[in-house]
Amino acid sequence: MAAINVKVNGVDHKAEVEPRLLLVHFIREVLRLTGTHIGCDTSHCGACTVVLDGRAVKSCTVFAIQADGREVLTVEGLEQDGKLNHLQEGFFQEHGLQCGFCTPGMLMTGYEFLKNNAEPSEDEIRHAISGNLCRCTGYVNIVKAYQYAAQKMREGGAQ
Amino acid sequence: MIPRSFEYSAPGTLDEAVALLQKLGSDAKILSGGQSLIPMMKLRLASPPHIVDINRIPGLDYITEKDGFLRIGALVRESDLERSELVRSRFPILVDTTSVIADPLVRNQATVCGNLAHGDPANDHPATMLALGAIVVAVGPRGERDVPVENFFPALFTTALEADEILREIKIPIPPPSTGGAYLKLERKVGDYATAGVAVQITLNNSGACTAAAGIGLTNVGFTPIKAVKAEAFVKGKQLDQAAVKQASEIAAGESHPVDDIRGPADYKRDLVRVLTARAIVRALERVKGGV
Repeated sequence: MAAINVKVNGVDHKAEVEPRLLLVHFIREVLRLTGTHIGCDTSHCGACTVVLDGRAVKSCTVFAIQADGREVLTVEGLEQDGKLNHLQEGFFQEHGLQCGFCTPGMLMTGYEFLKNNAEPSEDEIRHAISGNLCRCTGYVNIVKAYQYAAQKMREGGAQ
Repeated sequence: MIPRSFEYSAPGTLDEAVALLQKLGSDAKILSGGQSLIPMMKLRLASPPHIVDINRIPGLDYITEKDGFLRIGALVRESDLERSELVRSRFPILVDTTSVIADPLVRNQATVCGNLAHGDPANDHPATMLALGAIVVAVGPRGERDVPVENFFPALFTTALEADEILREIKIPIPPPSTGGAYLKLERKVGDYATAGVAVQITLNNSGACTAAAGIGLTNVGFTPIKAVKAEAFVKGKQLDQAAVKQASEIAAGESHPVDDIRGPADYKRDLVRVLTARAIVRALERVKGGV
């Protein structure tokens, strides 16, 4: 067992973990933050995407111990003061989800992507979400949700 | 899926890491990006008793140009390569390559050096590094040594690294003027391995003929990444007109050794090597002339 300290959504969490514990299991089973999903568990689907030190990664393919001393943002950390962030609002307004299973991952991928690209083309958005699988929407409304958020961010600054 | 238990060390320096490898021998496995290793551990295709995580070692995430080489440190992520202005302006072939590896999320973790150290003939950087004439810098208890990439892949999933060595850096010679390169890959979908991939790097002399520096590498059409030496020898000194491109691509196809699998029959893949080689040469020529 090893002691780790991971800041998740702004809060420090200390825990004793086995080195083989995956980050996604730490988030879901130790911290009980079940917004981060496990889909394929083989690094394909992106349902488990979280933002680790500013970069979107698949938390099923990172050990929790690798996150020691680092910062993780999960879907639970997107809402601020009871207000959805622009991307969450975009998914709501543009019907960017049906079953919703891929949504947390789509949101976290978009969080990093839109921070680095304020005016993305449709092509760039589709490229950005190529590691996140959605089996319901056909992606059309997810692209629209990203565009909605990008527009809001350009108008109203951060979030 | 949960990997088998293992001991974990996160050394703070390369010396410490090498000392650990020396002590543990083949029981140890290096963790860098982990995007191939961790899935293999989850599927229990690999169960290393000891993981040596090099991610805590500072100063290994550099992309710099020094002493005639582009140098890529052990902890440079694929997405760093994609975003590097130096790489984008001088080595579009590396951007071609990194942008077709896995997906953006995997590329945020996966390392360029790990793509070589894994020794997988289906990985994309090996072919490109073969075309570029790259050199692998290995560090071990006996110090550092340079391994030309054409000697780095002796067999399937095997590299020239000793059990107590770490791939510290990839060095790529800065190409002379009038050089262009391209990497083309056919994949069934994002995240898949190449059905086939071809990397081409060529330099033209004043009269427009190909110099001796030509490099052609092939992905996933053999047990190791393949350096298409006959095709390279063929293009040297030639004006790359349509007929020469056609002939070179046929020679490269003949140097591939694909097998039938879910990505297609061997004959199809061999023909794919022919098509991709011709297209990669044409794109490399366009880039010599300043195209993108």
